[in-house]
Amino acid sequence: MLGYYINLALRSLRQNGVLTVLMVTAIGVGIGASMTTLSIFRAMSSNPIRDKSSRLFTPQIDNYGPGGEGAVTEPTSDHLPMELTYTDSVALMRAHRARHQVAMYATVVAVTPPDPRQLPIQVPTRATYADFFTMFDVPFEYGAPWSALDDDGAAPVIVLARDLNDRLFGGANSVGRTLRLNDQEYRITGVIEDWNPMPRFYDLYSGKFGGPEEIFMPFTRAVAQRLPSAGMTQCLKNPGTGPDVLLHSECVWTQLWVELPNDAAVRAYRSYLAGYVAEQRRVGRFGWPARSALRDVSQWLGYNRIVSSEVSVLLLVSLAFLLVCLLNAVGLMLAKFMARAPHVCTRRALGADRRAVFGQCLVEAGVVGILGGLVGVGLMMLGLHVAAGLFSGAAVALTRPDGGDVAIALALSVGATLLAAMYPTWRASHVQPAWHLKVQ
Amino acid sequence: MEFGPILSSLRRNKVGAALIALQIAVTLAVLCNALFIIQQQTALSRATSGVQDEASVFIITNRWIGDAGNVAAREQADLAALRALPQIADATVSNDHPLGGPVMVELITLRPDNPRSGTGAMVYEVDDHAINTLGLRLISGRNFRPDEVISRNGVGEHQAALGGVIVTQAVARALDPRGNVLGQRALIIPDGTTAPIIGVVDKLQSTPFAGNSPFAAQSMLLPYRTVESQVFYLVRTKPGQLTAGTTAARNELYRVSRRRIIVGIQSLTDARRDVYRGDRGVALIMGVVCAILLGVTAFGIIGLTSYWVSQRQRQIGIRRTLGATRGTILRYFQSENLLIAAAGAVLGILLALGANLWILRSIALARLPWIYLFVGAIAVLALGQLAVLWPALRASSVPPAIAARSA
Repeated sequence: MLGYYINLALRSLRQNGVLTVLMVTAIGVGIGASMTTLSIFRAMSSNPIRDKSSRLFTPQIDNYGPGGEGAVTEPTSDHLPMELTYTDSVALMRAHRARHQVAMYATVVAVTPPDPRQLPIQVPTRATYADFFTMFDVPFEYGAPWSALDDDGAAPVIVLARDLNDRLFGGANSVGRTLRLNDQEYRITGVIEDWNPMPRFYDLYSGKFGGPEEIFMPFTRAVAQRLPSAGMTQCLKNPGTGPDVLLHSECVWTQLWVELPNDAAVRAYRSYLAGYVAEQRRVGRFGWPARSALRDVSQWLGYNRIVSSEVSVLLLVSLAFLLVCLLNAVGLMLAKFMARAPHVCTRRALGADRRAVFGQCLVEAGVVGILGGLVGVGLMMLGLHVAAGLFSGAAVALTRPDGGDVAIALALSVGATLLAAMYPTWRASHVQPAWHLKVQ
Repeated sequence: MEFGPILSSLRRNKVGAALIALQIAVTLAVLCNALFIIQQQTALSRATSGVQDEASVFIITNRWIGDAGNVAAREQADLAALRALPQIADATVSNDHPLGGPVMVELITLRPDNPRSGTGAMVYEVDDHAINTLGLRLISGRNFRPDEVISRNGVGEHQAALGGVIVTQAVARALDPRGNVLGQRALIIPDGTTAPIIGVVDKLQSTPFAGNSPFAAQSMLLPYRTVESQVFYLVRTKPGQLTAGTTAARNELYRVSRRRIIVGIQSLTDARRDVYRGDRGVALIMGVVCAILLGVTAFGIIGLTSYWVSQRQRQIGIRRTLGATRGTILRYFQSENLLIAAAGAVLGILLALGANLWILRSIALARLPWIYLFVGAIAVLALGQLAVLWPALRASSVPPAIAARSA
């Protein structure tokens, strides 16, 4: 029966070509436009480390106190600073209360290529701990992370990103070789594969959708060398002068992530954190009942509201657009089904019941939905391609549509079309056979 | 025009009419807001930065490698070399530039006892060549003297007193409603530095990220020679020599020293294009969406009205037989559409205001001006009239005989 209905649907669609093209275009354009923005929205708000999202946490400490609200440039719901002071990061690292913990910050180094014909380049760098790679499941192409001893000894060791290794060493295994960073020799211990989580959840304030960081070095080494932060530094008061000023100030500029395997560990860490803050208050660092917070990756992304508001507006606009296209489709389908009223009457007169007519019309709508969806998918590809060119280059990576996007587009198209077809179909199946037969 | 019969016929076609009205309402809501956003973004990306003849100015982002000790001397050597180039009119060094540089804000106030009376201003650390290089218009007071410019090593380091500070007119107005600030001693917080206000420039954009907030025009120039591992050289070429000047400057800097990274070298025109790229993208998408939306709505109206016309062929024929002219039939369908579109427009204006309220909350945008609602409403009414024209003409050409034939 379904095959027969599909056959009938195709026939009827061919019969009234203009109307069909109008309907398919209306639905296709609506789906294409809304799916383009929806894909951008989905990519921006997606969880970059889904497997471990609920086990990775970042603590926050209220070291600003009341009056700190103004110092937070992008106000959040609870006015806590978005980063940690160096003092707190180091203290939490030393306490070693989680299975893994890494303090980190973004910096920039000058790299002198081994090939003297190449000019020096500037490379975005992450100063962190060896556990970074284990915690965030970073895949290695060659070698391995540096050792915990290197962390302790502030050793001149680095891990390179594959892309940088390609540019500097032509893609060869460079483990064990040295590279000049800021005029000092660093030993390469590993090369990672392409890895650039979007958004960069572990540090949302050094270009959340920016290009990848291409060098990783021990946090202790970067601090020993006084490498300045290339991320966000926020101070409530002028910290004063001198090279060590940021190390002892209440300025926040470091991030800390911990891995907690289960709920018990999370509870334990929360109470440890509260205890730490209370202790700091007791020793006179905070003159207020300081708060603390512990958020996992998805809570952290939500808390930081990382989807740009322009994209939300575009999403609203494209949903309105889809609505107009569907209203349009309802109208056109109504016209189409009602124009076929005589056919329906003939079928009814020959014994088809209302359900059968209803089913037949729905199948026809479904075919229109699938066709519209295909057009929509094509337009979405085109739209994402254009959007990638319109926005900054970094967004390109965001806008590669995946299977999920295509599936959503088709499902949305068929679903929406069927919904739109409900009323016209109902009307068609309630046509009075006798009345139309009489006219004929 | 007799609206009575139209209304009673619409009552028999509630769903179709409602569909068209709803489409028109949503279209109007999107249209008004989208046009307004486009207008705002375009105005923003075209706002003047205060730099005269941007097309002749380029920015070099320079980063030193190695020995931080003699950066001040290396910088001076660079500037001397750049200024000596035949293609180049003038050059200065700064911590920032007005089209997407870093954001460094301090508070400037005339009343040390009440810092809250002051205003935030973007800090430009520059030497005595800045006004000439950027082509800023000094509306009162004077430029820095070379002996007033002091080396500043990093943000933390600061002097108790400076030879002077130059502010934009917006800052002057914020400090004193009449803008009478020349010669007054200002305190800069949190540095704690004091300096007399020696000059007022017409305009210098603080940062494009300020959007259309008042802060966008609030900048101040401090006579500091920025000594940091990364600085911006702002260079003005002689007219028409931008490309030649850029190449010459790059080669000259590498000739002076290869122990550096030229992180970027970009004309202000390109910097402007890059920093507003996202805004332009949004504006363009909005524009395309609006155009397609109008098209889709028009086709929807055509489709449904055509169906009505074919449904009412017999009635039209009867009316023609009873003496109605083609013009009467045409006017009937035009008025019917006007009625539906007007209902849609009223609903659409409400929707547009609601959407605007929501957008207001999520992006800093002004309230939707009435003119947009007015123009938008006229546009959808005109669209409706235009779209209905073809089906209405078809209706008016129904021959009277059809009434007799099909009965």
